[in-house]
Amino acid sequence: MVIDTLKCVGCSDCVVACQTENNVPVGYCRDWVTESVSGTYPNIELELKSERCNHCDNAPCVRCCPTGASHVAEGGIVLVTPNECIGCGACIESCPYDARFQHPDGYVDKCTFCHHRLEKGQLPACVSVCPTKCMYFGDLEDPTSEVSQLLKSRKHKVLAPEAGTKPNVYYLT
Amino acid sequence: MEEEIFISGRNIPHIDPILEVWHFPISLYLFLGGMAAGIIFFASLFTIMRKEKEVPTAVKGGMIVAVIAISIGLLALLYDLTHILYVWQLYMTVRIESPMSWGAWVLLIVTIISVLWVFSYSTEIFPKWDWKFDFLKKFQAYLIENRRIMAMILLPLSVILGIYTGILLSAFNARPLWNNAILGPLFLTSGLSTGAAAIILFSKNHFEKTLFTKIDLALIILELGLIIHMLMGMYAGSAVQLEALDILMGGEFTVMFFVFVVILGLIFPAMLEGVELMGFKVPSIVPALLILMGGLIFRMVMIEAGQITRYLY
Repeated sequence: MVIDTLKCVGCSDCVVACQTENNVPVGYCRDWVTESVSGTYPNIELELKSERCNHCDNAPCVRCCPTGASHVAEGGIVLVTPNECIGCGACIESCPYDARFQHPDGYVDKCTFCHHRLEKGQLPACVSVCPTKCMYFGDLEDPTSEVSQLLKSRKHKVLAPEAGTKPNVYYLT
Repeated sequence: MEEEIFISGRNIPHIDPILEVWHFPISLYLFLGGMAAGIIFFASLFTIMRKEKEVPTAVKGGMIVAVIAISIGLLALLYDLTHILYVWQLYMTVRIESPMSWGAWVLLIVTIISVLWVFSYSTEIFPKWDWKFDFLKKFQAYLIENRRIMAMILLPLSVILGIYTGILLSAFNARPLWNNAILGPLFLTSGLSTGAAAIILFSKNHFEKTLFTKIDLALIILELGLIIHMLMGMYAGSAVQLEALDILMGGEFTVMFFVFVVILGLIFPAMLEGVELMGFKVPSIVPALLILMGGLIFRMVMIEAGQITRYLY
């Protein structure tokens, strides 16, 4: 996934779309929007980011899961199988992005990149509702895809690269 | 200056504003599991050395304490699971990458063999107890004959049980306070020391008490060295580790850590034990209880403080 921080206006539509699409319980969220301000007045910079699970290549949550409930599905998406999850919380502790939470039903829940929509050929709910079209979704391994082209032509970053997780959500800056 | 805020209103229970997924039951388990591992280690070590007659508390009463401690610890672990009906999934697979997976297997095996161990000593501990059925008596005789084999299995497994909790925490690089390789040996040393303290607490045999006081004193000195090693390692670490260290050095948990763990839980009881070994009369219950208390508070500090530390991006 690629997100253009220069186009994002911080409306939080992505958050509401996700909660509606995935029946996220009230008070919980699988994605969230942050506003970071840096510099001193009058030289201030503002950056808005829609954040979620980074579906890391080197996912610590998958490594530490004692039952294998956390796994990497086809296409590199990190998913949790609720019926294998014992709710030990190890994956929540292991995530440097705090992207996971305990669902009120007990199992651990998080962003799935709207796996069920991808199977039907649709985009994730957050991507499809974004009013400024600042989010892009596609195959990073395919050099001709829109996301790969964007990463080739624009300056970008990932969150907490020093954590060594090899995240797959990129931010254009 | 940089400031980051959530503008979509994120307030997930147990995660925001600070992570609190693991609570007191986990700290209690880490303490009880470490202590039980210590007792089991000494009981099986002295049995392998054929010195079990010289340490009666360690191999009998101590092992009962170990079994009770593991049982309470297990209940505490189960209590902290949120999807508890699926707990059997733990034993459907072995995942070497996940310390919790192999730790759970070791815990299961150690618990079963320790219960058998106590069963093999049951008639010695309670001479009036009668196991009524013949096959139970035969089984007990069989276990008594093979006690050394049980000890040989338990010795390495108790070391793994003592060290895995530390490895489990140190494997989380998202929590910089935990993410140091010395935590495993440190937890193992602390577990052995609290195990020795528990044996001192219940022992009525003068030779055994003196022996375990010596062992405990050596372990405490080693543990203090490992704590200094851990703090120095973090001082030489990256920005996230330095920030994590602030919590212990001049932050929220400084008093808890230095007063209750380092001074009252390690240095003071070590001095008392030293004085006792020099021949002065010290009620041995005092250093033993202080060490046990220090061990529990150490786990509580590490669990709670560790969850506060994180990557800031």
